[in-house]
Amino acid sequence: MSALLKAPAPAGEKKAAPVKAPTVRPRRTALDWILLVVAVIGALAVIFPLILIVLNSFKSPEDYNNGGPLHLPSHLYFGGIKRFWNGVDFPLKLWNSIFISGMVAVFGVLISLFNAYGLGIGRVKGRLPLLVVFLLANMLPQEALLYPLYNEFKSLGLYDSKWAVIIIFTVIQSAFGTYLLSSVYSTFPRELLEAAAMDGAGRWRTLWQVVVPVSKQTLAVLLIFFFIWTWNEFLIPVTFLVSNDNQTIPLAVSSLQGEHMSDITTTSASALLGLLPTLIFFLIFQRTLTRGVTAGAVK
Amino acid sequence: MIGHRREAGYWLYLLPGLVLVTAVILIPLAQNVYYSFTDYRGIRPPQWIGLDNWDKLLHDDKFWKSFENSIAMIIAMVIIPTLLGLLIAAVLFDLVGKRFGGRVASFLRATYYIPQIIPIVVASIVIGWIARPDDGAANQLLGLIGLDGARQNWLGDPTWALPTIMAVLIWVQLGYPVVVFMAALQRVDPELYEAAELDGANWWHRFRAITIAVIRPEIFVVTLTCTIAALKVFAPVYALTRGGPGTSTIVPSYYSYSEFFQSQQVGYGATVATALTIVILIVATLFLVAQRRAERAEEAR
Repeated sequence: MSALLKAPAPAGEKKAAPVKAPTVRPRRTALDWILLVVAVIGALAVIFPLILIVLNSFKSPEDYNNGGPLHLPSHLYFGGIKRFWNGVDFPLKLWNSIFISGMVAVFGVLISLFNAYGLGIGRVKGRLPLLVVFLLANMLPQEALLYPLYNEFKSLGLYDSKWAVIIIFTVIQSAFGTYLLSSVYSTFPRELLEAAAMDGAGRWRTLWQVVVPVSKQTLAVLLIFFFIWTWNEFLIPVTFLVSNDNQTIPLAVSSLQGEHMSDITTTSASALLGLLPTLIFFLIFQRTLTRGVTAGAVK
Repeated sequence: MIGHRREAGYWLYLLPGLVLVTAVILIPLAQNVYYSFTDYRGIRPPQWIGLDNWDKLLHDDKFWKSFENSIAMIIAMVIIPTLLGLLIAAVLFDLVGKRFGGRVASFLRATYYIPQIIPIVVASIVIGWIARPDDGAANQLLGLIGLDGARQNWLGDPTWALPTIMAVLIWVQLGYPVVVFMAALQRVDPELYEAAELDGANWWHRFRAITIAVIRPEIFVVTLTCTIAALKVFAPVYALTRGGPGTSTIVPSYYSYSEFFQSQQVGYGATVATALTIVILIVATLFLVAQRRAERAEEAR
């Protein structure tokens, strides 16, 4: 997503803003209150669609038709949720999403780490053109790779295989990771590397015992972002994962939509189940996610 | 000598990454460009036809329409979220954060950010669900407030389908600039603000003269990454309209996808995809050149 970003120094955190002496909070004026109310209304508008989805996923279609979208369910109805859950075999889709995203996150971080070790710390010749290649890989529209990849993986016998998607996204995500980590590592404290060399540590040991521990936080941010980005991907999964056994949650939700087999509250329930895992993920990792987004945009 | 050995050792670490990027990015990219010069239906091997596909592209109304719609995607993903995001971030950071406390501000920030983490196709289906014809929530709500005349078949009407897709994108995208800009605002020196206030500058003047200047790098990154993302929009169109009604919501990526897998016109689909790639590369280059210039102008000052 954020292709041109640089992360902060490897030790992670930006320098904390200088602590200011606690100032007296200025008096709140009427205008302050008005603007607060506007900001709150804006935030409510943003989550209003989600409130509607929650409200209507527990209604029967008749209940919806009688009461409209704004009423509380007259009784809790789980038919829509059950129909979607069983119809698409939700636990299987959940597992597929976790498996694919988890594998990509781990492999993607590993490849980024190796690449950045060579480019940022090893400073191999031809570093710049290589960085441009990785940057390019990150900017390209996936359509420009889609059909050749489809042919390639078909001939490898990996069409309609989770591994095809895992391999492709490992490369796409690690292109971003390489770009970001290389710039982090280009300012890696040389003393640490020299100290490790004096201790007789080889390159492999230096990587794992010096570089990785020092950049742990950046690596964790990458891991979490690779996971959620892969989870949310659509074009390549929809092309490669055709059989029901392999599909991810976003595919399951959209396939239901296409078939028009569902009534209005089942569709709502499918959206609810589709967004719930990422919402939970967000609540758990909220701090890391916002820190990552903001760290990413620091020039 | 030692330096030489050193470097060779590091190349070993690059090997897996380079093999993968060659197999998954570089070779497919080259093949796709090659397909654009061929007649290829996916079954028999591609037949070289020179520039025929490209000639067809230049006279293809659907292709031009798809890029026209890309401009709508840029309005929805770049212009509106960046402007709104600037205002929201300024209000949350400057006012809510300082007068009502940081917790209120970060809670509101998290709320604005939520749609960003929902899978884009699920977010599309949420809005699509609200925009359902007849009994959809949007129409029901319009009925409730007595605006029955405003009820629409939002996604089925060529006039309204594109704005509905744009609504999905604005909703999803808004949180990104809010979060990035709020972090950037921490760099603004409060003393600069106080000085400006003493000089009699009102909030709007300070916002324009100080805030925008300080967070310009972030504005740059946000507009560049979001413009590229806007040119690549696929999932909402796939999930909600399949480019229709007619060609009213066609976008380049969906157009090439449908040429690949529905019309079996792989050669032509590859041409559309290559054209999209070229446009993205041009846009990125222009942005980077502009950024360089802005930075130099800054340094010269």
